[in-house]
Amino acid sequence: MIETKDIIETINMIRQENLDIRTVTVGMSLFDCVSDDKKRFLNNVYDKITRTAEKLVPVCEDIAKTYGVPIINKRISVTPISLVGGKLDSEGYVESAKVLDRAAANLGVNFIGGFGALVHKGETYCDKQLISSIPEALSTTDYVCSSVNVATTKAGINMDAVKKMGEIIKKTAYLTRDKNSIGCAKLVVFANVPEDNPFMAGAFHGVGEPESIINVGVSGPGVVSSAIKRAGDCSLSELADVIKKTSFKITRVGQLVAHEAAKRLGIPFGIVDLSLAPTPAIGDSVADILEEMGLEACGAHGTTAALAMLNDAVKKGGVMASSHVGGLSGAFIPVSEDAGMIAAVEKGVLSVEKLEAMTSVCSVGLDMIAVPGDTDESVICGVIADEISIGVANTKTTAVRIIPAYGKKVGESVDFGGLLGSAPIMKLRPQSPKRFIDRGGRIPAPIHSLKN
Amino acid sequence: MKKKAVISVTGRDNVGIIAKVSALCAECGANISDISQTVMKEYFAMIMLVEIDGLNLPFTEFVDKVRSLGIENGLEINAMHEDIFDSMHKI
Repeated sequence: MIETKDIIETINMIRQENLDIRTVTVGMSLFDCVSDDKKRFLNNVYDKITRTAEKLVPVCEDIAKTYGVPIINKRISVTPISLVGGKLDSEGYVESAKVLDRAAANLGVNFIGGFGALVHKGETYCDKQLISSIPEALSTTDYVCSSVNVATTKAGINMDAVKKMGEIIKKTAYLTRDKNSIGCAKLVVFANVPEDNPFMAGAFHGVGEPESIINVGVSGPGVVSSAIKRAGDCSLSELADVIKKTSFKITRVGQLVAHEAAKRLGIPFGIVDLSLAPTPAIGDSVADILEEMGLEACGAHGTTAALAMLNDAVKKGGVMASSHVGGLSGAFIPVSEDAGMIAAVEKGVLSVEKLEAMTSVCSVGLDMIAVPGDTDESVICGVIADEISIGVANTKTTAVRIIPAYGKKVGESVDFGGLLGSAPIMKLRPQSPKRFIDRGGRIPAPIHSLKN
Repeated sequence: MKKKAVISVTGRDNVGIIAKVSALCAECGANISDISQTVMKEYFAMIMLVEIDGLNLPFTEFVDKVRSLGIENGLEINAMHEDIFDSMHKI
């Protein structure tokens, strides 16, 4: 028998505290779509995606109704297109992005990820063609997300790729200038990218993954924040316990939905991602949690410590609640997607430098940071290099999703709508790292990568 | 084990609501196995546990009907499969 107080607690979490399933993502391999004929390849891709994920949206809607828990996004991730495009040239890759977009639109999913490349040690012909097609691909599609992995702890940092991505980001911002440079919100540069991440813009279906798989991400900052509030003035040891217990409950919902979606779709269950993913909705903010823990404002001294503790407790609570965890699994701190972060930036408390420090203890990186449109390309490369080196040195995933919003200056803001939210333009240091970036080559892998 | 769902009713006024929800359950073939009620501040919350094996319509449609009944009566009424509560609160 379920106790009444437990029933009320669950209902409150969903109705008052914004507990929801952020995404059910179907990952699928496109290796069997490969062809030396462009038209055949594109047809194969379209058919494979629409066949495999045919029932994704109706099944998710049914599950949401059955359990009374909203499933906000339904998404698809595919094999990095650079691995299956063969001899496609840059224009051919743009066409393939349009095919992904059409498949996503017809299925009614929110995003499709995997228009990307893995270039941590160097670029192949295919990688080069794909990367150069990203700006046009993102400016001519609505649902396609792109990610490029430029470093791993094992391989070091491909600084040629970092340099290239600075150029690609600026170009994408320009080509999508009529929509606040939104293309950059769908483009992410990674270090140590996970192969089973259900979250965008970085989701893709890794080469070690099976034919198809279900990965689920949960969103529960509001629930954690309310639990901390109820706990009152307890010690941090007690607070860690409160967070763990809450995280367990949130993750169990993710596990239930993932299991049910896998059963109904006939696709194996992959992982539940333990990330605390905020949304722009009031009360669904990671910054609010940190403030509820006792900081006057997110970004104050002490923020990194609070975030480290939060992130650790979320994982400890979540790991027992799911049979397999994976993906990014850490608190997200995207600026535009978190009302509390936006407020902290606007108050002048939260800077890019503080966010960078915070990313060393959580997932995923400098995320949804809008900067002035006239920011020098090499400065963007410097931001990427700094963030990526945090990931490489700490054997963790980090990423950069930065938006040099065309025509915008510090003090203004850009609105992307929906889950992407709106971002105040943040200040970067104008001093140039150009000579450093222009050296190119690779930053060698750190010594602790030699574990064998 | 019979499959069950939790119907939760929250609102300010509960006159006649048990009768209405019970009538809907009977119409749809849902057997009521337990009812409890609590008062939270000025709100009341009624929780009904119903068996859904004998439903004469798909569960998702039952959810819609229950929700509409709530809207008609100015209350929030929801039906949720019991698995979500079990998952969250039982190890």
